[in-house]
Amino acid sequence: MGKVLSEWIFTTDHKRVGILYLIGSIAAFCIAGIMALLIRAELTYIGPTITDDPTTYNVWLYFHGAAMILGFQIPALTGFMANYFIPLMIGAKDVAFPRLNAFSVWLFFMGVVLALLTFVVPDPPDIMWTGYPPYSVITTGNTALYTFTVLLIGFASIIAGINFLTTVSFMRAKGMGWNQLNVFVWATIAAFVIQLIFVPVLGTAVLLIAFDKYLGTNFFDTTTGGDVLTYQNLFWFYSHPAVYVIFLPFFAIIMEIVATFCKNMVFNYKVVVYGGIGGIVLVSGEVWVHHLFVTGMPDWIRVGQMVTTLLISVPVGLMLIGLVGTLYKGSIDLSRTPMQYAMGFIFLFLIGGLTGIPNAIASLDLHISDTYFIVGHFHYVMAVAGTFAIFAGVYYIFPKMTGRMYNETVGKIGFWLSFVGTNVAFWTQMEMGLAGMPRRYYDYAHLPQFESDQMVMTVGSVLIGIGFVLALGNWIHGAIYGEKAPDNPWGSNSLEWTTATPPPHGNWPVLPTIDPDWHPYNYKGKR
Amino acid sequence: MCKNDVKKRKDLYPALLCFSLLFLLHSSGVYAFETSLSDTINDPAPGFDELWDTVMLDITIMGVAFAALTLWFMFRYRRKHPDQVGDGPRFSAVQAVGWALIPAFIFMADDFYLAAKGWQLWNKYRDVPADRMEVKLESGMYSWDYTYPNGIQTQNLLRVPAGKPIMLRMTSRDTIHSHFLARYRVKEDSMPGRVTYLWFYPKEEDIGDKDNLVTCTEFCGVMHSYMIGRIEVMVPAEFDQWYSEEESRLSRKKSNATGESMVTVTKKNIEQGS
Repeated sequence: MGKVLSEWIFTTDHKRVGILYLIGSIAAFCIAGIMALLIRAELTYIGPTITDDPTTYNVWLYFHGAAMILGFQIPALTGFMANYFIPLMIGAKDVAFPRLNAFSVWLFFMGVVLALLTFVVPDPPDIMWTGYPPYSVITTGNTALYTFTVLLIGFASIIAGINFLTTVSFMRAKGMGWNQLNVFVWATIAAFVIQLIFVPVLGTAVLLIAFDKYLGTNFFDTTTGGDVLTYQNLFWFYSHPAVYVIFLPFFAIIMEIVATFCKNMVFNYKVVVYGGIGGIVLVSGEVWVHHLFVTGMPDWIRVGQMVTTLLISVPVGLMLIGLVGTLYKGSIDLSRTPMQYAMGFIFLFLIGGLTGIPNAIASLDLHISDTYFIVGHFHYVMAVAGTFAIFAGVYYIFPKMTGRMYNETVGKIGFWLSFVGTNVAFWTQMEMGLAGMPRRYYDYAHLPQFESDQMVMTVGSVLIGIGFVLALGNWIHGAIYGEKAPDNPWGSNSLEWTTATPPPHGNWPVLPTIDPDWHPYNYKGKR
Repeated sequence: MCKNDVKKRKDLYPALLCFSLLFLLHSSGVYAFETSLSDTINDPAPGFDELWDTVMLDITIMGVAFAALTLWFMFRYRRKHPDQVGDGPRFSAVQAVGWALIPAFIFMADDFYLAAKGWQLWNKYRDVPADRMEVKLESGMYSWDYTYPNGIQTQNLLRVPAGKPIMLRMTSRDTIHSHFLARYRVKEDSMPGRVTYLWFYPKEEDIGDKDNLVTCTEFCGVMHSYMIGRIEVMVPAEFDQWYSEEESRLSRKKSNATGESMVTVTKKNIEQGS
C-alpha cells in the first residue's frame, strides 16, 4: 500500500499526473459544491436561515467562486485533460518535462490545501473570488490565504503551459503535421498561450493587495496616491482571458466527443482552429473593461470595449458552427452518456453565450451589472456548461483511463437531473436579476418579492447536486466494479484510442507513425 | 470528378438555405422592432427597456435557429446501423473561406448594429440634462449620505421632486459601493479617490411608491445586503416646501451652533435696547 502510494505521489507519468489533477480538482469541486448548496439553503427564505452570521455566508461565497474556478475548472481542463489527452492524441510517450509536470501537480495540491485552510483559520477570507480592494485590504479576513493560493496555482499553470507548448511543438508523432492535430490539442495550447501571457498580471494584482494589507504599501490607498481601480484592471486583464482558458478546452472536448459519436469530420476544421480558436486568442486581451462598465472608467474605453466584446461572437460563432455542423450528415449515436452531456452542453452554451450579448452592451450593463442576471449568465455559459464538458470528458475517457465501463443508466439519469436543474435554477436567476436582485446578498428582507424565485432556485440547485453526485458515484463504482472495457469502445479514429487499455507507461510499445492522409476525424478512409 | 463536385455543392444547399433564412429572419425581426429612440424626453430608462427587447428578440432568433438546427440534425442524422460513418462535407479552400467569412459578416453586422444602438443609449445615460438638480453622494459602510445643493443632508433617503432630472456626484469614504436604482435602470460605483456620476428622471407615477429602493450592488462587507436606501419622489410643490423648511432649519441650526454669531445677535439686541 505504501509503495503504491509513493508510486502515485512521485509519479512522472503524464497519465498518473493527470489523474492526480483529476482527484484534486474533483475534491475542490465537491467542497465548492457543498458551499453552493449551503448558499442556496441560506437564501431559500428571507432572513437568517441556516447561519445568522453574514461573514460565514460571505466565506462560503468566496470559497465557492475561488475553488470552482481556480481549484476545479482550470485544473480539470488544463491539468487533468491536457495531461491525459495531449500526449496520447499527438502520439508521444510522455510530456517534454515529466518531472516539471509532477512538480506542477504538487504545487496545485499545495494550493488546494492552502485554500482548504479557509475552514481552519480563525479569520477566513471573505473577499469574494475577485478580492477587490479597498475591502480586501481593510477587512479583518485573511487576504494572504487568497494571495498565496492564487500564486501557487498560477505558478503550476505557468509550468504546465511551458511543458505542453514544448510537448506539442517537438514531440508529435513522426509525420504528424499541425493540421492533423485534434481540435482539443489546438484549444489547449491556445489556452496555455493565454495563461503564459496573462497569469503574471494576476500574480501582480493579488500580490499588491497582500503588500497593501500586510506591508503597509499604498498601491490601492487613495489617500496616499494609490488608485482603487488599478486592481480591477489588472485582475480582469487576467481574469477575462481566464474565461477562455476554461472555454477553449471545454468547448474542444465537446468537439472531440461529438466528432467521435457522429463518426464525422469536424465541420470546417481549419476555420474552427485558425478562425475560432486563433480569433479568441487575439481578442481575449482586449475586452476586460466590460467587467468595469459601471466603475466610472472613461467613456471612450467603455464604449470601445463594448464593440470588442461584441466581436467575440465572431470566433465563438465560428466554433459553434463547427460544432453544430459536425452533426450535419453525421452518424449520430445519442445512446451514450458522454454524447448526451455533449448535446446538453450545446443548449446550455447557447443560452449562456447569447445572454452574454446584453452583458456586452455597456448601456444595458448599467442596469444588469452585479445583479443575479450576470450570475445566471456565467453559471450557464461557464460554470455548468463547463462542468458538463468536464463530466462529458471524464465519461468519454473513462474506459481508457480505468479499463472499465461505467453504468450507462445511472450516467443518463445523472445527466438529465443536472440538465433540468440547471435550467430551473439559472433561468430563474436571470429573471430575478433583470427584476433588480443584486448579487452577493446574504439576506433580501427588503426585496421580499423574490422569495418564491429563490425557493425555485434552491430546488434547481438540489437537482443539479443530485445529478453530479450520481455521476461521481458512477465513476467510483465503475472504476472498481465496472465491466472490462475494450480498447476502443466508441470506435473513434483518434490516436488516444489506439493504445492498450489502460495505456501502459510510455503509451505505445512502438510510437505511431502518421500517414500524410491520416486525420483524427477522417472516418471515410480518404481525404 | 465533375459529377462529384456538383454533388458536393448540392450537399451544401440545405445548410446555406438555413443560413440565409437565419439572416433574413434576423434582419427582418430587427427592422420590425427598430423604432428610433424618442428624443423629446431624454430619460434613458424607457430606452433601456426598448433596447432590451430588441436584444432579446435578436438573441432569441439566433438561439432558436441554432437549437432547431441542432435538434433537426440530431433527429435526421441519427445512426441507423452500427457500421455507418458520417458523410460530412469536405470543403475546397473557397468553400471553407466562404463558410468562415459569410457567418463572420452576419455576426459582425449584428454586433455593429447592437453596438450602435447601445452607444446611442449610452450617450443618453451619460449626457445629463442641463436643467438638473445635483446632489452629492458619499457612500460608506453601510449608508448612503446625500448632500443637497443648499447644504441639507439626508441619510438613506433621497427626496426628489417629480419631473426634475437628478444627478448624483458620487464618492465613497471607505470601500467600493454601487448605487443601484432598479426603477431607473441605472447604477454606478462610488469609490474613494474618484468622483463618478449617474442621473435619473423621477416621474409623477413614482410618487408615493415605497418600493423605489436604492440597493448596493458591489460587495462591501458584512452588512452589504442591508445597505438599503429609498428614493422618495414628491409633488414638486411639496418638495419645494420641504426643501426650504429644511434649509431654514439648517441655517437656524448653523447660527445657533456658532458661538460668535450668538454673541453678535445678543449685542445687536442690547444696542437696540430690547
